[in-house]
Amino acid sequence: MITTTPEPINAAAASPSRRALRRFRANKIGLFALGMVCVLGLLALTFFILDRLGIPWPMDPNATNLERKLMPPNSVNWLGTDNLGRDVFSRLLNGAYISLTVGFVAVFVSLFIGVTVGSIAGYFGKWVDNLIMRAVDAIMCFPTFFLILTAVALVGPSILNIIVVIGLVSWTGTARLVRAEFLTLRESAYVQAARALGQRGPKIIFRHILPNAAAPILVTAVLGVPEAILAEAGLSFLGFGVQPPQATWGNIIADGKTYILDAWWLILFPGLAILLAALSFYLTGDALRQAVETRSERQ
Amino acid sequence: MSQPILQVRDLCIDFVLEDRTIEAVKGASFDLASGETLAIVGESGSGKSVTALALTRLLPVPPAKIKRGEILFQGANVMQMDAARLRKLRGGKIAYIFQEPSTSLNPVYTVRTQIGEAIRLHRPDVTDVDAEIVRWLDAVGIVDPAARMHDYPHQLSGGMQQRVMIAMALACQPDVLVADEPTTALDVTIQAQIMELLGSLKERFGMSVILITHNFGIVSGFAARVLVMYRGRIVEQGPTEEILRHPQHPYTRALIDCIPRLGSKDKRLKTIDHAAIPAA
Repeated sequence: MITTTPEPINAAAASPSRRALRRFRANKIGLFALGMVCVLGLLALTFFILDRLGIPWPMDPNATNLERKLMPPNSVNWLGTDNLGRDVFSRLLNGAYISLTVGFVAVFVSLFIGVTVGSIAGYFGKWVDNLIMRAVDAIMCFPTFFLILTAVALVGPSILNIIVVIGLVSWTGTARLVRAEFLTLRESAYVQAARALGQRGPKIIFRHILPNAAAPILVTAVLGVPEAILAEAGLSFLGFGVQPPQATWGNIIADGKTYILDAWWLILFPGLAILLAALSFYLTGDALRQAVETRSERQ
Repeated sequence: MSQPILQVRDLCIDFVLEDRTIEAVKGASFDLASGETLAIVGESGSGKSVTALALTRLLPVPPAKIKRGEILFQGANVMQMDAARLRKLRGGKIAYIFQEPSTSLNPVYTVRTQIGEAIRLHRPDVTDVDAEIVRWLDAVGIVDPAARMHDYPHQLSGGMQQRVMIAMALACQPDVLVADEPTTALDVTIQAQIMELLGSLKERFGMSVILITHNFGIVSGFAARVLVMYRGRIVEQGPTEEILRHPQHPYTRALIDCIPRLGSKDKRLKTIDHAAIPAA
């Protein structure tokens, strides 16, 4: 018997999620993007909490002051004021809170539907798969944004409706992805081995297949957030989204477009906010994808 | 001899594809005695793995279809078992070891989680699962099992992964162990170690073993009886020594000739000339 002590291996550090985390930490762009997402989240959260406590910070986003209307950025109103003298920075923070809420909750809704439908189609296959995927194809025939627009026009614009509608129409991509993962993993040797060991179907789905599909699902979730944010901004810009006086990035731009020649700050800052938010989420998602992409180096 | 633990009678398995039907197994019949070691030998596509999977009805239906035949495990007809009894049979009575140890273990769980799951499934009366895991890892020759059980599959070498697979199969205390090409994915020295381990474990725990392989080289000295499959039929069966010394069927002879011999004057490896072999 060999008596050398095996080299100490830190089991926790070797778990797939730890390894992904290590790779993520090495990605500078990803870290920076994640930092931006955190800053955005923190600002929105602070605004939200103070707003609920009745403390206007930095100012009440809906307080009008016609004496200070259309002021360019200055020491009091950091990003200027709009045509009713409302503080643009405060309104942007309100918009951040709405955008992030819509982004995350809508993704959660779409993820829930997509993962459920995709797993069922992928695991059971045959006619179940055929029925479900043809329905998915049918839904995918419609341009997503117009589908959302129509649905919101039907049920009426409110934050809750927008979240539900975005979630309900954007799950198809996730469903296809999860189904594809299941088709591959279903045939994998360890799923065969689990069946040969006498495991039940549901246990195989949830314990053996789903965790192995977690990485791509997580990535699509993160990449789904900016999609939802952009959809909400687009809806609000067109007037089908969150209704005034509630400020969102989309409707700040919509209100400001009349004054585009006199008050550039009304368009530029919310535009930048949308750009930076979407970009940060996309870059974070991309870095995450690279971090969990282990297929090439597995074994 | 007492009643065989496993009896297969006239087993016929078809694969029904869209445009044609492939007869994978055409009327296989054999017995496995309790404690016996049987080798099923044949080339890829001869139907040996399909036969093994059919023993616990693990073949995907469709495309596979068991057209005819009977499989009796301890006298009970496997073909008529319901889902619950099949799950008890799989792993609990007839356990499998597969060819690719690196992909047969789930990459997201530690060795402990995976063996523990198997033990809880088939032996719910075991209270100290961790102690049992350590016991079996030790039995398959893993050094420092208490530490190694916290490893993920990717931290283990191929040989160790296969040992873990064996430990997982044995931990359920099956009556029959089906080893489907257990050493094909491993290099030759590890192959010898694994075969030796399987041999000693089978002596120690007195279970029946079905060894499936295309390699006559690992059969001698391991299995008492050999069954040669060719194109879905069992063309020859009998005691290993007998068959190695006096192969009756031309295919068996060709297969034995394929084993490279040390010191042989031949410059080329032998291959099988299928045209020279009768269809059955």
